[in-house]
Amino acid sequence: MEKVMETTNRKNQNTLDQNKSPDARALTMSVKDGIAVIAFDDPDKKVNTLNSKLIPLIGEFLKEIESSPSIQGAVILSRKKGCFIAGADIEELRSAKNAKEVESLSRKGQEVFTRIENSKKPVVAAISGACLGGGLELALACHYRIASDIPSTVLGAPEVMLGLLPGARGTQRLPRLLGLEKALSMMLTGSPVKASKALRMGLVDYVSYAEDLEALAIQAAQRLAKKNLVRRQKKKKGLSGLLESSSFGQKFILKKAKESVEAKTRGLYPAPLVLLKVIEYGLVNSFEQGLQKEAEEFGKLSQTPEARGLISLYFAQTELKKNRFGKPAQPVKTIGVLGAGLMGAGIASVSIQKGMTARIKDISLNALGKGKKQIWKELDSKVQRKSLTAFQRDQTLSHLCLQTDLHRFETCDLIVEAVFEEMELKHRVLKEVEPALRDDAVFASNTSALPISEIAKYSNRKDRILGMHYFSPVPKMPLLEIIVTDETSKEATALAVDTGLRQGKTVIVVKDGPGFYTTRILGPYMDEAALLIREGYGIRELDDAMQLFGYPVGPIKLIDEVGIDVAFHVGDSLGKAFGKRMSAQEPTLLQEFIKNKWLGRKSGKGFYLYQDKKGALAALTKKSSRTVNLEALELVEKFKVKPQKMAADLSDTQKRVAYRMVNEAIFCLQEGILSTPTDGDAGAVFGLGFPPFTGGPFRYVDTKGVKKVADEMKRFAEIFGERFAPCPLLVDMANGGKTFY
Amino acid sequence: MTEKTDTMPAIIDGVRTPFMRSHKAYVDLRACDLGRFALSGLMDRLGIDDSYVEHLAMGTVIHDPHTPNIARECLLAAGLRATIPAHTVSLACISSNMASTNIADMIRLGRIEVGIAAGVDTCSDPPIRLSPGFRHALVRWQKLKKPAQIAQELMHLKNFELADLALDAPSVAEFSNGKTMGEGCEILAQIAGVNREESDRYAARSHILAVKALKDKVFADNIVPVQIPPAFKTIDQDDGPRADTTPEKLAKLSPAFDRTFGVNTAGNSSFLTDGASAMLMTSVKRAKELGFQAKAILADYVYQAGNVLQEMLTGPAFTIPVLLNKNKLKIDDIDVWEIHEAFASQMVANMKLLKSPRFLQERLGFSKTLGEIPLEKLNVWGGSLSLGHPFGATGVRLLFTAAKRLQEQNARYAVVAGCAAGGHGSAILLENPNFT
Repeated sequence: MEKVMETTNRKNQNTLDQNKSPDARALTMSVKDGIAVIAFDDPDKKVNTLNSKLIPLIGEFLKEIESSPSIQGAVILSRKKGCFIAGADIEELRSAKNAKEVESLSRKGQEVFTRIENSKKPVVAAISGACLGGGLELALACHYRIASDIPSTVLGAPEVMLGLLPGARGTQRLPRLLGLEKALSMMLTGSPVKASKALRMGLVDYVSYAEDLEALAIQAAQRLAKKNLVRRQKKKKGLSGLLESSSFGQKFILKKAKESVEAKTRGLYPAPLVLLKVIEYGLVNSFEQGLQKEAEEFGKLSQTPEARGLISLYFAQTELKKNRFGKPAQPVKTIGVLGAGLMGAGIASVSIQKGMTARIKDISLNALGKGKKQIWKELDSKVQRKSLTAFQRDQTLSHLCLQTDLHRFETCDLIVEAVFEEMELKHRVLKEVEPALRDDAVFASNTSALPISEIAKYSNRKDRILGMHYFSPVPKMPLLEIIVTDETSKEATALAVDTGLRQGKTVIVVKDGPGFYTTRILGPYMDEAALLIREGYGIRELDDAMQLFGYPVGPIKLIDEVGIDVAFHVGDSLGKAFGKRMSAQEPTLLQEFIKNKWLGRKSGKGFYLYQDKKGALAALTKKSSRTVNLEALELVEKFKVKPQKMAADLSDTQKRVAYRMVNEAIFCLQEGILSTPTDGDAGAVFGLGFPPFTGGPFRYVDTKGVKKVADEMKRFAEIFGERFAPCPLLVDMANGGKTFY
Repeated sequence: MTEKTDTMPAIIDGVRTPFMRSHKAYVDLRACDLGRFALSGLMDRLGIDDSYVEHLAMGTVIHDPHTPNIARECLLAAGLRATIPAHTVSLACISSNMASTNIADMIRLGRIEVGIAAGVDTCSDPPIRLSPGFRHALVRWQKLKKPAQIAQELMHLKNFELADLALDAPSVAEFSNGKTMGEGCEILAQIAGVNREESDRYAARSHILAVKALKDKVFADNIVPVQIPPAFKTIDQDDGPRADTTPEKLAKLSPAFDRTFGVNTAGNSSFLTDGASAMLMTSVKRAKELGFQAKAILADYVYQAGNVLQEMLTGPAFTIPVLLNKNKLKIDDIDVWEIHEAFASQMVANMKLLKSPRFLQERLGFSKTLGEIPLEKLNVWGGSLSLGHPFGATGVRLLFTAAKRLQEQNARYAVVAGCAAGGHGSAILLENPNFT
């Protein structure tokens, strides 16, 4: 029998009993075999987070550990499955009033973590599940780290993704533990590492296959106390070791990092640059001075609009991880995919990687072979990067069934058709497949614009039909837009949302209508861009301008990527549905392009050229083209229009293009296509690349000021035309002094 | 007549990868890749939930040292439930016959209700070893730690000879007497009095029947197409059968094993082949519950072994009579014969022995003759000579082919037989549960 002795800290016990404060329940301490076990388990949340109430509590526990002669060491662990500590409490950071307040939060964390590190008694972190941000920094303060090898165990410093930096000693401790290069890669990319990689990097000291690490961690603490266990320091070898150890080498690494950050962020994101500054400051001066700087800059960053935008986006994403339509009765086991093209194969790929079986149907084995090849390549690149073994790759692919008929389609719980975007074809496919399906199976159409109710027209099971609009390439693009009609049942929607979430997508659910949400707001955006170049704006200049605004890809480039024929059809059908507001021009220019078979990247020619010197199609190379198609320029010249009024400055140009997207997004909310601004923000950012640091179009308007934006649109409407007239909802809100959030 | 109780083992259906000549289409694949394709193909074709499957037995001949229990690796790689046990069976060319009868026994004894019998081999990737001298040295070197040991080992290098650099490749020879299969078959041909002409005639027949069967898409349900990275070109046809084969053409080839009196040539012997097969078996009761129509009941079987030299390839001749006798059946009662064709002369020899009163009397102590196997009931969709013979995969192919023929011909009984290295023979009796 093990002796379990509850903590003797009466004061804490009392607070717990009297107030039943959730914080006291979220963090408890007990003593087992001479080792204090500090356990996180927030009863009210799915994940554990660190906040200003828990951190002092750790301090109090530490005091007790140090003063009690019967305690030889401590273990910090979580009793929550799949989560050690997910990071700092972002809500608390967001509600802080000013930089000073956040700075002091950071200092409090630093102080307690420093005391852990300086404690004479060994403290062991037993990490099972997500160990992120502040959680990682807490683990870094411990004297020994054991991680479990379950898939959910990941360690990372994702603060830059929220426009922040690690604010509890991370900027100083991590480079000293891992070396500058590895630490920078962790903090700048924010991408987490698995337990096995953490061990190789020296981030943890031991990896255990047991999910419950308590016994092992207690043993480690006992042995550390007896000096019977030594942490093995990773020695850095070779050239990189030499670079790391000299101050000249460190400067060189930081300089390179800065250059690459500047090239990637175009100066739009302050956090990574500040992070580099703080790290350098600590290296040049001292650890302690570095900490001062870290806290100070952490406070300042928290108040930047970029951090606010990114944090808002983070909350949107978290919100959308919940399935508001409820859990499906039976999650999808087998998914049927019609069409083995880029989209179909992509959808099958993200499904089989999450344990579903995928049956893909296409007309020939060769077409299916191409699809399989695409999936194999994607998986094999993971094998090359060592995030998957060759065996796992083959095993995953075994769940892919290729077929030219509807063999065993009655086993499919969900069917996604990804055939060519043509109404007649979609009708034919649905008619052909329906008899082979189970009554409860859900049929989804992967389309970017074709109305779902129209597709479902001839079906007698309209309640099980919806749209699942994936973005290309499916494995990379984070968004899934689900489109429901008035007849789609809640059960069908729940199943589709659940599947999308399992496929790792951020899922928004919108109502059926021309262009749904994302395509509908993309239409006017591309329309305005095309108009601007007809007014004489340079193709590359316009793309650069919009990238400077924060879009990852310029609008003209995007037209090439989407395909000029597709862009034309989208614009045309939106124009028919919404009139002048949607298309400010006759779409003759794009029609001319189509006549010349300049369809964008896929045909090798569009507004840009995608051919190598030998004229071979460079469409498959990943490099993006910067060579403008001169023939296209001549054509644009032919379609030249008199500028309504040349944009006064860069910001007016950018706004002309961006506002049309923003205004249309607000129309979508007004018409009920969108059910919340959150859906709208996530959809625009994750689907179309709306500048992430703004937090999305709705957050953007809130931040800029609803009235200000509405007024500016009115001004634009006077100068450039009625299409800029602000949406009535926006005007109402401006008048009523309301905001979207 | 066999009793049709609930626990009788039934063959539901089987699949195989296309069988391809070695060092051709499958040259980049390991045996476990082929086995995985067959297993995932079986699951896909039959559309059954792997939660029903309780055991896998897989036959193989050429063992890749990395996958000593290849059955298990194939099962895992095919994405089947990890809690299904899997074992590998090795009995030369009748390995997957044995895998199938293993599963049949487990079902019959009520140990399991659903199992998979499978088989796989590739000759494109033989496990070639270093010479014994080199191997031993490498093992010693791994253990070296102290400088003194290393110095001593360096002294040893003096004894290293050029011959130690030669490689040790496996051959299709008997370990006990060093004779290859081809040599063994020449001995059999002489014993049974088989001439070149009848051998070539039999070989040509096999090719012509196989080509016709492929053309008629007889195997369409049983061949799972394979696509191999990185090109993913679809392979959905065997490349063994040659449409232009005639006895006259075959007659022009020179003997491959015995240049003086030999009857076996490259044209009338089975060729090295890569491929895999898999077959679902259940109890009669479970088949009904799962909604499957059983194609055949595996009613009985016989394994025997004989003299390793003279009887290396006479397995069918010394097992079929025993099986028939045991089940009180005559040759005429059997309407479906599927016999493994190792060599054309071996097939002709076995036919001759089966109708020879002397052989039956001397070898098996039978006083009565059994009659002759009519050619029109034998291997009518081609055989190993034409379709190819990936050693471990052939038995399952023969069994599901026989089961399918029972249904198509509405026949009552089938016999599947084969010979194997070591002087082994096997004969399996199938009965059609749907015979009317």
